Amino acid sequence: MTARICTGYDEAVAGTADGSTVLVGGFGMAGMPVELVDALVRQGAADLTIVSNNAGNGDTGLAALLATGRVRKIVCSFPRQTDSWVFDDLYRSGRIELEVVPQGNLAERLRAAGAGIGAFYSPTAVGTPLAEGKEVREIDGRTYLLEYPIHGDLALVKAHVADRMGNLVYRRTARNFGPVMATAASTVAVQVDRVVDAGALDPEAVITPGVYVDRIVPAAQEAAA
Amino acid sequence: MNTRTKDDIAAAIARDIAGEHPDGAYVNLGIGQPTLVADHLPDGSGVVLHTENGMLAMGPAAHGDDIDPDLINAGKIPVTELPGAAYFHQADSFAMMRGGHLDVCVLGAFQVSAGGDLANWHTGAPDAIPAVGGAMDLAIGAKRVWVMMTLFDKQGTPKLVPTCTYPLTGVGCIERVYTDLATFAVGPDGVRVLEVHGIDVDGLVERMAPLELHLDRVVGSGTGR
Repeated sequence: MTARICTGYDEAVAGTADGSTVLVGGFGMAGMPVELVDALVRQGAADLTIVSNNAGNGDTGLAALLATGRVRKIVCSFPRQTDSWVFDDLYRSGRIELEVVPQGNLAERLRAAGAGIGAFYSPTAVGTPLAEGKEVREIDGRTYLLEYPIHGDLALVKAHVADRMGNLVYRRTARNFGPVMATAASTVAVQVDRVVDAGALDPEAVITPGVYVDRIVPAAQEAAA
Repeated sequence: MNTRTKDDIAAAIARDIAGEHPDGAYVNLGIGQPTLVADHLPDGSGVVLHTENGMLAMGPAAHGDDIDPDLINAGKIPVTELPGAAYFHQADSFAMMRGGHLDVCVLGAFQVSAGGDLANWHTGAPDAIPAVGGAMDLAIGAKRVWVMMTLFDKQGTPKLVPTCTYPLTGVGCIERVYTDLATFAVGPDGVRVLEVHGIDVDGLVERMAPLELHLDRVVGSGTGR
């Protein structure tokens, strides 16, 4: 199914079921799909598992979603920041479950999900508290931990420009988790600065091919007309 | 005899990166004090900086009109791009790290053990919210991983220790430790003092006890050689 250009952010997150796992792009605020997360707050799905590098900044976006109390668990590499007070309060009062995953393992587990890999061995976190419960294996003299993919029901991604085929290009370090999360979820919703006609993006420069993308919301609606 | 300021330590690290990698090196500088190393790299060193949120040939911090929220470093500080820069997604960024393609990584630390174990992500305090980010991937990824830290904590306790008491970030991953008072090599052969600053060797041995120090290669002030 080729990508659909949505008329608004609400349409892009419609149908999200309770209990869904939602992948949320961004590293800090760079690449954070704030408007799509806001739409998910309005949509109302509960009992969510959120996968994102951080656990929200300030009171908007992901922090606002956490504040609704509808997130059961967060999977991330770096929850604690100077402005993560919403998460901090939930965590300290036992109202949210946290799985801390090293950033590279988080990215590779998402990549594996999108690439049809059943599991993989990673040297990261060997001998640390984050190795607890994981299968350990020595390969060619080096020790590895078995890591499983992270599949999403929904991915929320921010890119720079999409064409009508759903091909995406990103902007600078805002690319971060977008391309891997776009491969790893059943439904992929992308917010972009603008949508252009097929053929307007250099095919050599496409970062996320349209096959991965389901729903696109341009920030400037007139650009999609 | 003066102890080294953090800028002095950074300058020593920059000197060694340039001196030991005369054809240029791919270098990742951890969040915090290690970023100071960038300010001391000699002109023409050919060093290319990697930031794990997805960029090579990262330039200095951005100011004024150069600030772009889509162009940040791993510490979420606005930065600039240098000619020849490249952007890539998180799975690629950590693949180039984990795959051994980076020459040097410089990290801060709570503790380093004589054998080169690193503890820099968690104090183990029961109320602390665990947050690892890319630390565990960085610790085991680059070909050479160095630490920049003060040698003693605020209570005067050495941070270079026989065995780490804080939760580990990586096992046997550190090669060298740069501090205000001395530079050390660490690893399977134990701790070797390479340079001293603002302290004589006898004083260093006394303050580091019971840690055993190899002294056959010491240079610097106060050694009498």
